[in-house]
Amino acid sequence: MRLVDSSGDLSGEMEVDAFRRLFPLRYYERHLAESIRPDGRPLGMARDTTLALGAVSSADGSALAKIGSTTMLAAIKMEVMTPSAESPDEGCIAIEFHMPPICSPIVRPGRPAEAAVVVSKQLSDTILSSGMIDLKELALVNADGALFDAALLSAVAAFSHLQIPVVSLNDKGKIVAFTEEGDTVGKLEKEAVNKEKRKLTLGNIPFSLTCTLHKKHILADPSSEEESIMETLVTVVMDSSDRLVSFYKPGGPALAYTSLVTDCVRLTRQRMKELEKILDEAFSGMEVD
Amino acid sequence: MMETDRKDGRTPNQLRMLSCSRNILHRAHGSASWSQGETKVLAAVYGPNAGTKKNEDPEKACIEVIWKPKTGQIGKAEKECEMIMKKTIQSICLLTINPNTTTSVVVQVVNDDGALLPCAINAACAALVDAGIPMKHLAVAICCCVAEEGSVLLDPTKLEEQQMRGFAYIVFPNSALSALPKGSSLVDGEPLEHGIITSVTHGVMSVDEYLRCVGRGRAACAKLSDVLRRSLQKSES
Repeated sequence: MRLVDSSGDLSGEMEVDAFRRLFPLRYYERHLAESIRPDGRPLGMARDTTLALGAVSSADGSALAKIGSTTMLAAIKMEVMTPSAESPDEGCIAIEFHMPPICSPIVRPGRPAEAAVVVSKQLSDTILSSGMIDLKELALVNADGALFDAALLSAVAAFSHLQIPVVSLNDKGKIVAFTEEGDTVGKLEKEAVNKEKRKLTLGNIPFSLTCTLHKKHILADPSSEEESIMETLVTVVMDSSDRLVSFYKPGGPALAYTSLVTDCVRLTRQRMKELEKILDEAFSGMEVD
Repeated sequence: MMETDRKDGRTPNQLRMLSCSRNILHRAHGSASWSQGETKVLAAVYGPNAGTKKNEDPEKACIEVIWKPKTGQIGKAEKECEMIMKKTIQSICLLTINPNTTTSVVVQVVNDDGALLPCAINAACAALVDAGIPMKHLAVAICCCVAEEGSVLLDPTKLEEQQMRGFAYIVFPNSALSALPKGSSLVDGEPLEHGIITSVTHGVMSVDEYLRCVGRGRAACAKLSDVLRRSLQKSES
């Protein structure tokens, strides 16, 4: 692309928007030289994150997470099932990740986006690896970079919000969910196995941070524009007991040296503290009602 | 130092029997099979073929990976492996040499006994060389796992992978031998071979354990790259 070099002088005369579209990499590099990003964030800072618990009232647990403009909705439905013979006292988690066309112009109806499949698999791996524990549905409402982070955050929040509904044994000896409304005579014979809704006890909670690497700079929490220009992505997931759950770097032109690895981990630790605070605040906000 | 006794009698740093053969499929432009112990993967490369796929950049060559499991249908796990391999191969190939072309890499799992993805990446690399696809450097992949007490084992079998607390697949670049003067390719004080191209982890481990895996993996990759080079040189007689 020789044109890029020769028209470097024109950049002063072109409008900023045009320069951003035509030469995205140089636009970013000019910003990186000043250690800042186009939206004014310093390199290591993540976008504003908000969390809303209980977004879907018909689900047993749900949460809506927003990181910048990436919005993710998670809902958990619990089902009574017979456990498998090999692990009779364990339940199971099935995770579905949907990317409906509403979220981004590159997704078309009918064909699932490549990212959807990969993110859902990554998510299953992370949640199962980190030792947390039912059916889960995640829907991406708006895609603006760092999909995995938003997905994990909303999933974690939904699990925290989850309250296991009351179950009881019916006459045939099968476990049935106890509905709150309506008591017919027949139902009075059943005893509730657990008297009240209880919350799921969570093990170590995982939090994640996605960064892009470009030459020597690490950019935390990229937006979709930044993701598309800088092709190397690293996602680090750590849990609250400071263990590494996952270090995911799928290829990409930039190589990760030890110093970069430790830097990414350090940024993730910082982000983890921020996220823990946000989760706690969202919780205490809920318990007040 | 904790000594873990492995079922097949290997020491923690010992790799399984490696073997690599090239040019086994005559209809493909390039092919190779790579086996580590009982795990065996066959890779075939077809390309470059004209035209790129829909959303890909026509100024660069496009790489397509098709993963065929030994049994069963293609599901999410296979798609994820495809994506990881595609991104890894994209970072080692010179994509600007043949723009607007598609190179397909077909990976067939013959047997899975642990360290499947690293085996596949090594096989794909050898197949790409066999097909003559232009590359910046080769890639060598290895699997390291972390046992309950924190010791690191290399190249686990499937049983070991399942029993261990966590494991990591790591891919390193393998740059030109001594063609460059020593010290010319230092980045941040570390030679080029020390960077990680790809890393995928499963299970939990501490940050130090992960860094130890990376260190051990790097050291072991020298052996892997030897096998790769020898098999590449063998056929040129």
